[in-house]
Amino acid sequence: MKNLPSTIALGIRRGNIEIRQFMRQRESVVFTLLFPVMLMAIFGSVFKDNIAPGVNYSQYFVAGMIASGLVNTGFQGLAITIPMERDAGSLKRLRGTPMPVASYFIGKTILVLASMVTSLILLLVGGVLLFGVNLPTAPSKWIMFTWLTILGTASCTALGIAFSAVPKSGRGASAVVSPVVIILQFFSGVFFIFTQLPPWMQQFASLFPLKWLCQGMRSVFLPDSFASQEVAHSWETGKTALILAVWLVVGLVFSARTFKWERS
Amino acid sequence: MGLVSVIEVRGLRKSYPDIVAVDGIDLSIAQGEIFALLGPNGAGKTTTVEIIEGFRTRDAGEISVLGMDPQVRGHDAREFRDRIGIVLQSTFDAGDLTVAETMHHFSGYYSKPRSADEVITSVGLSEKRNSLIRNLSGGQRRRLDVGLGIIGSPELLFLDEPTTGFDPEARRSFWDLINSLRDLGTTIVLTTHYLDEAEALADRVAVINKGKIIEISTPANLGGRSTSLARVQWEQEGHMKEELTAEPTAVVNRLSATFKGEIPKLIVSRPTLEDIYLEMIGAVGGDVE
Repeated sequence: MKNLPSTIALGIRRGNIEIRQFMRQRESVVFTLLFPVMLMAIFGSVFKDNIAPGVNYSQYFVAGMIASGLVNTGFQGLAITIPMERDAGSLKRLRGTPMPVASYFIGKTILVLASMVTSLILLLVGGVLLFGVNLPTAPSKWIMFTWLTILGTASCTALGIAFSAVPKSGRGASAVVSPVVIILQFFSGVFFIFTQLPPWMQQFASLFPLKWLCQGMRSVFLPDSFASQEVAHSWETGKTALILAVWLVVGLVFSARTFKWERS
Repeated sequence: MGLVSVIEVRGLRKSYPDIVAVDGIDLSIAQGEIFALLGPNGAGKTTTVEIIEGFRTRDAGEISVLGMDPQVRGHDAREFRDRIGIVLQSTFDAGDLTVAETMHHFSGYYSKPRSADEVITSVGLSEKRNSLIRNLSGGQRRRLDVGLGIIGSPELLFLDEPTTGFDPEARRSFWDLINSLRDLGTTIVLTTHYLDEAEALADRVAVINKGKIIEISTPANLGGRSTSLARVQWEQEGHMKEELTAEPTAVVNRLSATFKGEIPKLIVSRPTLEDIYLEMIGAVGGDVE
């Protein structure tokens, strides 16, 4: 019938404009992209000991920072900015146009991927140059890193869009979302060695994606001998993939069902 | 005004848990018409318009907008939105894009968009085309909103309180813009709190109160306005006098003879649209917007 642009084409168009808008918000660019590097600098200077022969704390910490970077840009970023766009009325305006909602979600995913890749590069380059982080050499590790990043980004993006229905207002969004993320970071072994946390904290964290992202990233950045020091004495790669996939589905279902275009 | 009907609404009803918002509304709006909806806050205008726009579902009633049901989903919904334009009450985007970027971006959503540059010029923003939205004044932002509403060359345009917060000069030039859209044959549904705005723009107005339409008429005839008594006021012996009459010319002639020429401080008036409207919604002296 009519010549309406395809959902994918509009999604890419949305991604383009989202990135352009993001780049013009200097504070959020600095916060999102440089904050993980700053955190690594702080923790790397505080904890200087080796946690295992030949493995310094930064090597452990970089895995946690990459994992929580996925949560920050995907989940936290979207769960805060979408309510703000909703309050501003820009979502309702978009809804009044022929652009499909799927294109809006695709655009957000593109934005998350772009900022994720940028912050990954900064973290890895910063880690190697400033804190003596050793990058893995085995191709299998990089394959693991790639699918973990893609699956993690997808889950976090879907969950961020789903969670955007929770904050009542854009102004309060940060107060609702940030504590969730910070508590999960502490419980999931981002800042501290996971196995040294109390068992109840470990069990609680095991319900959520961040713990599994951290563990998966450790399997990339730590020597395989380190697997024996995990709670299950294994990297549990299959379980990690499964749990992230389950959260991805949960996120998608809730995004489709509860997404709010306007403030109620 | 064409004969083709663009909006047909029959027996529209919508209730919320605590209130009946729309209680049986019938409307018929013709192609090329500017149709204004008037009514106090909470009268049901916004709910009615949002159901017609497809933003809300209805409990009962028949609606046809451009031959489609606004409640359609999926690809049909895209086609519906491709043919209409919606200018919402208020948007406060972060505004990190320029006028031209935003207009160009939105033009990509539609099947037959107008040229972004042409629309920017027609809403009077050519000098601001490279300004960030955050740096626009309230009036300029509103012009951008209208521009985004018409970028898809809509057959039907919804304007929700378009000039709230405008200074009088900005309002006049905004009215010129809307009139120029009328000349293009666009059908316009306007909701407004300003009676003078409805009078200046609308071909017909509907007054809504408590979920029902009280009257639909032209601004000049609403509430029997054109046939109501005229008020003649003048000054005599230091006091203002007045007379209500069906024949104001006769009164003026008589006074003219009495004063042998100029009648001091003469005013001849008929009830304003506002007077009529306030009387209709029974809110004289009450809370009126």
